[in-house]
Amino acid sequence: MLNYIWAFMIIIGIIVAAFTGQMETVSSGILDSAKEAISLCIVMLGVVGMWTGVMKIAEETGLVRQLTRLLMPILRLLFPRIAGEEAVMGYIASNMIANLLGLGWASTPTGLKAMKALNEIHKERCKETGEDPDAASDEMCLFMVINISSLQLIPINMIAYRSQYGSVHPGLIILPGLIATAVSTLAGIIYGVYKCRRNAKKKYRSGKERT
Amino acid sequence: MKLISMLSSFMIPLILFYIIGYGVMNREKVYDIFIDGAKEGFRIVIGIAPTLVGLMVAVGVIRASGALDILAGLLVPVGKLLQVPVQVLPVILVRLFSTSAANGLVFDLFKEYGTDSAIGLTASIIMSCTESIFYIMSVYFLSVKVKKTRWTLAGGMIATLAGVVASVLIANRMLS
Repeated sequence: MLNYIWAFMIIIGIIVAAFTGQMETVSSGILDSAKEAISLCIVMLGVVGMWTGVMKIAEETGLVRQLTRLLMPILRLLFPRIAGEEAVMGYIASNMIANLLGLGWASTPTGLKAMKALNEIHKERCKETGEDPDAASDEMCLFMVINISSLQLIPINMIAYRSQYGSVHPGLIILPGLIATAVSTLAGIIYGVYKCRRNAKKKYRSGKERT
Repeated sequence: MKLISMLSSFMIPLILFYIIGYGVMNREKVYDIFIDGAKEGFRIVIGIAPTLVGLMVAVGVIRASGALDILAGLLVPVGKLLQVPVQVLPVILVRLFSTSAANGLVFDLFKEYGTDSAIGLTASIIMSCTESIFYIMSVYFLSVKVKKTRWTLAGGMIATLAGVVASVLIANRMLS
């Protein structure tokens, strides 16, 4: 995907520049952007290093595991059909906690494990009910929607970027970001839970007719 | 505005206080652990540096060529409809596919309008409350070879839209 986007941006940019006569600005823009990327990385080394350092403490002292346990009751409400599957629920919980704490790179491995486990449950279920095994299960969809809705409590990268670009108060967006994240996640969850409930009802009804 | 600013200022110190306090109470070697974690963070940043170079160059080309202004011009009616500053619309669009590319566009807005302008704030908050839908979906669904994603995209779009609307409202509130 990114292969196309990246190539598209550069090629379109150069073609447009040929028409607008901006080739000189484009030429210096290329070099300036490359330099800028590295000065940005230097700022990020500090901020991201600080954050991962602190989060490592939370991890090693068992704080993260405690948070994961706190999340379980909520997850049981969201995923009632798989609430008994300890391993999957564990993966989903640790994926969400990693997202909440802004450890995106730590969230992907657990997220993929959760997805794999959800898929196995789904395949088993398909054998019994004759559903399409190529289609995502309701649980997979809900898990994805929650993941996509962004859970991050502290947007640490954005704070680093803002300070690099001269903000007087880089952290100003923490509370607004938190509210906006809550809104987007809630919207996703409400829609997802509604979809799950409706599909479950439909299956229940068609099951009744069959018997 | 004052309250938002104050509460926002409290968050990071509070988190540090709690986590480090908890570690000390449990007699952990907090400083050694911190150094280990910071090293991991360094590796992560070094890891994304090439991506950042590549995407910022692409954004730089698009920006300097004037193509972005043409796109923003085309999007004016959409922006009026959604009450979103038109300069932020390309960010939202690219955001769906790639975080780093969207960041590149945001840096551009920061340089042009300032981080704490209406545009800068709106863009910052949008980036904090959304994710790259298509990227995440392709990584996760491809990993288990699921072909029909059913209502995932609709749900993701609803969440993203809700986040964008909330961001615009909050940013306007903060500046008024």
